[in-house]
Amino acid sequence: MTGRQLITDAQNTWCPGCGNFSIQHTLKNVLADIEKGGQSLDNVVLVAGIGCHAKIADYLNINSFYSIHGRTLPVATGIKLANPDLTVICCAGDGDCYAEGLDHLIFAAKRNIDLTVIVHNNRVYGLTTGQYTPTSPRGFKGKSTPSGTREDPLNPVELMLASGATYVARGYSKKMDLLHTLIREGIGHRGFAFIDVLQICATFFPAADYYTPRVYDLKGHDRTAFEAACAKAREWDYNSDAPIALGTFYQKTSPVFEGKTGAGKMNAGERRQAVRELQKNRT
Amino acid sequence: MNEVSVLIGGKAGDGINSAGAMVAQLLNHLGYRIYLYFDYPSLIRGGHNFAIIRGRETATGTCGTQVDFLLALNQETVDRHKGAQKTDTVIIYNKDLVKTTGEGISVKEILAAEHAPEIMGNSAIIGGFARVAGIPWKTLEEVFSSHIPKGTDLNLRVARRAYDQLASVHPVPPCSNQPVPLLTGNEAIGLGMINGGLEAYVSYPMTPSSSLLHFLAEEQEQLGITVVHPENEIAVILTALGFAYAGKKAAVGTSGGGFCLMTEGLSLAGMAEIPIVLLVSQRTGPSTGLPTYTGQSDLLFVLHAGQGEFPRFIVAPGTTEEALYWSAAAMNIAWEFQIPAFILSDKTFSEGTYSTDLSRVSEIPQVIPPAVDKTTPYRRYSDTPSGISPLAFPGAGDAVIKVNGYAHDEAGITTEEADMVDLMTKKRFRKWEGLKEAMTPYQQVITSGSPNGPAALLCWGSTAGVCGEVAGQLGLRVVRPVVLSPFPADSLKKALEGTSKVIAVEENATAQLATLAGLHGITCHEKILRHDGRPFTPELLGEKIREVLP
Repeated sequence: MTGRQLITDAQNTWCPGCGNFSIQHTLKNVLADIEKGGQSLDNVVLVAGIGCHAKIADYLNINSFYSIHGRTLPVATGIKLANPDLTVICCAGDGDCYAEGLDHLIFAAKRNIDLTVIVHNNRVYGLTTGQYTPTSPRGFKGKSTPSGTREDPLNPVELMLASGATYVARGYSKKMDLLHTLIREGIGHRGFAFIDVLQICATFFPAADYYTPRVYDLKGHDRTAFEAACAKAREWDYNSDAPIALGTFYQKTSPVFEGKTGAGKMNAGERRQAVRELQKNRT
Repeated sequence: MNEVSVLIGGKAGDGINSAGAMVAQLLNHLGYRIYLYFDYPSLIRGGHNFAIIRGRETATGTCGTQVDFLLALNQETVDRHKGAQKTDTVIIYNKDLVKTTGEGISVKEILAAEHAPEIMGNSAIIGGFARVAGIPWKTLEEVFSSHIPKGTDLNLRVARRAYDQLASVHPVPPCSNQPVPLLTGNEAIGLGMINGGLEAYVSYPMTPSSSLLHFLAEEQEQLGITVVHPENEIAVILTALGFAYAGKKAAVGTSGGGFCLMTEGLSLAGMAEIPIVLLVSQRTGPSTGLPTYTGQSDLLFVLHAGQGEFPRFIVAPGTTEEALYWSAAAMNIAWEFQIPAFILSDKTFSEGTYSTDLSRVSEIPQVIPPAVDKTTPYRRYSDTPSGISPLAFPGAGDAVIKVNGYAHDEAGITTEEADMVDLMTKKRFRKWEGLKEAMTPYQQVITSGSPNGPAALLCWGSTAGVCGEVAGQLGLRVVRPVVLSPFPADSLKKALEGTSKVIAVEENATAQLATLAGLHGITCHEKILRHDGRPFTPELLGEKIREVLP
């Protein structure tokens, strides 16, 4: 199918000023570029979790699997192993991916499966109306922690470097050009691509005034240097006051995880024949 | 009727399971129908392992407490299994380690004479057994050549030395049957799934399902399937759903605790209408329970698992022939109706080895999903009269395929509109009605034994063998539903017609099948329950039934 309308008729219910609009707009433009480059969008699958971010599955007119909370990556893993020709993109939330489904994120990175994960990291649960997430700063006053959290946030960039991700980047919903570059690179990267996107939550965590003066572009950073990537990742710990690097921290070429085996090499009749042979050998 | 029982025991790590399999093959080649029960604690080294191999002229699926031959690799086997010894039981033992009377051989001396490694000690014991049981050398040669791929000659030489040292003191008469394949319950389930079109098996290790993961992983190249072992059971079921979304038929396998983790994914499959086949092999619960022992306490859990209401298919095979047939059928049913289909097993069945008469397994055609109408925009959940919407897969072109675990409209877009939610719920439950109708031609309830007996045993799953045998002795009827969802109430009532007494036989504490049957107006008058992790033996079950018979 070519020349499709990339946005569905579904009614958009994100709050005015929500950073999800920028992420969706950017992803839509990247998809349009892909199609212009001669690749069919029939081969693209979007997997979403549960949360405000996940409505993107309803809004983008491409193949989608609207999964459950925290479970984008195992679904995407199955899809990619079943059909390696598909381009599989996960849109996940920070509560979704860093809390409920953290195990899957670490394992997907460890395996270096060829997927792209875009984490809509607004550092708060939006759809459940404002509780702290793994990346909320210490002292965050949410509905479940009215006197402020008493724990430090996770640093997902550092975590992904430690887990073996082969493309690690951070974007910001108010820097759409850079975000476009990162998503394109992530999709183009053969292996596990992780993009943490600092996203404004207009209702529960409108942090633009904090981010905008602190962010800077990682121009000139050697993305092949792992130690340098770790140092840059630790510069801002999602908690204390520090400059916030945006861009690609790390990229390396590494063997990807593929379904080793004969699936697809044999048809159903040949498999039945193989079953008969095996039964004979058990006599 | 010719009948023979052999117990082989040693410590964990002695290779009791494979030695038991060799004994089973020897009896198979003498024309016996086999059941092998393997008993082991949940540890890697040092505990006591044993296998009981039962050979019978006609099919068997159980073993008794007493044996004709005791093969002792260590002293504990003799001491622990005193109750298994009759006056004429012959003990074949390693006299380097065991003090007893019977037919002793020095394994150490035999291995030294052949410069053979310690692991081949079992071949000496098997060689000794073959001679004592009067099994022709040619038969042993045939069995070793087919089933010991590495070091066949050396194993044969080791066996021969033991064979020559002993005499045929307790010959086992041959039967007229031809040998048939010996399969474990899990192997039969896996092969049945492949016959039903399986392309990917996803599983996280958990006894007693793990042996299917190991078997399919080992054979994946030959069988042309993909086997994946992800980080946990949550990932297992979601990965399998990813496979199915992309058009590959997938199955998962686990036991109770792992299935607990799968329930959110199961409910997603129900809502998103994604076909999936699940092997749930029960062990003794609750919680970690007895990891390597049996139980039938998860029927009602599997029946109700997952939030919300959605149609599901459950089958509990009781023989490997049924497992081959119904596992293929379960794949078909999952894909025809786009629902979860369960194969419910337990430790006894999954890890037991059975003679498998392939002539009794009919092949079933593979389901081809309905074709997509390309003239209209594709809608994943189009509202059809049958409730079944045509499947399309990403990458095939000309369709935007949106699946969704939220309430959704026909295109797969999230909705909270009452009318649409109502319509989609009705659509899903039209599939349930269709499934019930589609089950009619299947033999969903197995009846055996004496039709005019004073009572009927109502059982399910792995107790098929023991109930059949005891009912044969006592002149009772056995009624066993194989399909448990949709519940075959009509066939069951028909099968029980004319019985004045229904005795439920189950390996759980609450008689779950009896409870389920009760919901359909079927009364069980007596309940015989065992819940200590061990399967019923014919002796124990017979005694319990006699207590309640009029």
